[in-house]
Amino acid sequence: MSTKPKLALYWAASCGGCEIAVLAIDDKILEVAKAFDIVLWPVAIDAKVRDIENLPDQSIDVCLFNGAVRNSEQEYMAQLLRRKSKFLVAFGSCAHEGGIPGLANLYGRDEIFQYVYINCPSVDNPDGVLPRPETQVAEGTLHIPVFYDTVKTLDQTVEVDYYVPGCPPEADNIWAILQAVVAGLGGAPLPPPGTVLGKETTVCDECIRTRTEKKIKAFQRTWEIIPNETECLLEQGLVCCGIATRAGCGALCPKVNSPCIGCHGANADVEDLGARMMSALSSVIDSNNPEEIDRIIGEGIPDPVGSFYRFSLPASLLRRKHLVSDGNGRKT
Amino acid sequence: MSEERFEPLIVGFFCNWCSYRAADLAGTARIKYAPNVRIIRVMCSGRVDPTFVLKALARGADGVMIAGCHPGECHYLEQNYKTMRRYSMLRHMLGVMGLEPERVRLQWASAAEGVQLAAAIDEMVEQVRKLGPLNWPGIWSEDGGRLEAIERLAEEHAEAMEVKA
Repeated sequence: MSTKPKLALYWAASCGGCEIAVLAIDDKILEVAKAFDIVLWPVAIDAKVRDIENLPDQSIDVCLFNGAVRNSEQEYMAQLLRRKSKFLVAFGSCAHEGGIPGLANLYGRDEIFQYVYINCPSVDNPDGVLPRPETQVAEGTLHIPVFYDTVKTLDQTVEVDYYVPGCPPEADNIWAILQAVVAGLGGAPLPPPGTVLGKETTVCDECIRTRTEKKIKAFQRTWEIIPNETECLLEQGLVCCGIATRAGCGALCPKVNSPCIGCHGANADVEDLGARMMSALSSVIDSNNPEEIDRIIGEGIPDPVGSFYRFSLPASLLRRKHLVSDGNGRKT
Repeated sequence: MSEERFEPLIVGFFCNWCSYRAADLAGTARIKYAPNVRIIRVMCSGRVDPTFVLKALARGADGVMIAGCHPGECHYLEQNYKTMRRYSMLRHMLGVMGLEPERVRLQWASAAEGVQLAAAIDEMVEQVRKLGPLNWPGIWSEDGGRLEAIERLAEEHAEAMEVKA
């Protein structure tokens, strides 16, 4: 039996990009294969859940878990991999902060099912069949996972040792982390549990655009203007999340004239990315008139939750839109 | 139990220089107002980071009142204008998140306006009482057979899980 440390990768509610991102380390992937015994990696190798269940507890040295948790099967896998892994890493924005799937927290299960299985224009479902956790057939009862009202982050599901930010994480960072893990298994000191393995500054610090005093009379949406390539995008009226977002990407989006959308999540010591954005943007609106302020905000930021919490709604203080109970245990 | 009147819990962030003193004045002048507001003194309404408001709601408050000096009268010149803009931004965002607008209120009150502040508190308490409990943390829990589904998976897989290390 191999004595190499065991590595697992898994995906839950995610697009799969994080698993592909590991390949962006290029030919170094061969070194990963040399250094680790890869036991699970759905996008690349054929391993089964049973294989993982058959492993002794704590026998996987490190598991990079990407994706949020929004159904019972994903929660089961999160619990299983937690039990079998020495280090469980929330890998990429979905596992770290909920990511794009987390925007489903603006709705509930019933609303999502109604749209996806009935009202969506491309759906043909005359009988209005909706997914049910249990179905009776001649052979017995069939089960599919229970779909949740609320998308959860990995650390709202099981204990997490480290976090790797990014949608997807950068190749450099992935490589650095894998090397650190190898060193750590060899006895080198590891960062304390709960650490976000990334930079502790904002995207603005990596952005080379010129900043002056910010005064904004109107917010612009990306399709409304072609920003110039030298000035701060926020000063040109675009809602750029660089001011509150963790660095590490090298200001990739501002570099190509597009505002930061916050994929690395809140910077260190920022509890709630959206709150920080709201605070910062409010300070630069150039008006002291309540009606004018409401107009500037209402017209310029039609989707405040999508703009401020695009990748972090489940990890935000409020986590989701409020679903009011109708008194029958159902949420409407 | 159902006969009991719902007493909303409202967290208040009051400016040291005006509204906190207005609340004091209301007290010394023996003006009665609803006891539902838990007042936290801040140096300026401009100190109220939106994080504070969200945290209060996320930890179970039924409403939040931010109180500061009237526009143009800020002890720190113009910080309450920032409050005004943050409040507008917060309401815009909280509306999308399903929060009733009455639950977060911005109240201007000078140090002399004990009566007005007391009336505003009474009004807000009645509005929130009518809306009922917010219980934001309560909406995070999942019902609908989640635990049973996970247990069933674990049971179905139990044979494989019996591992001799």
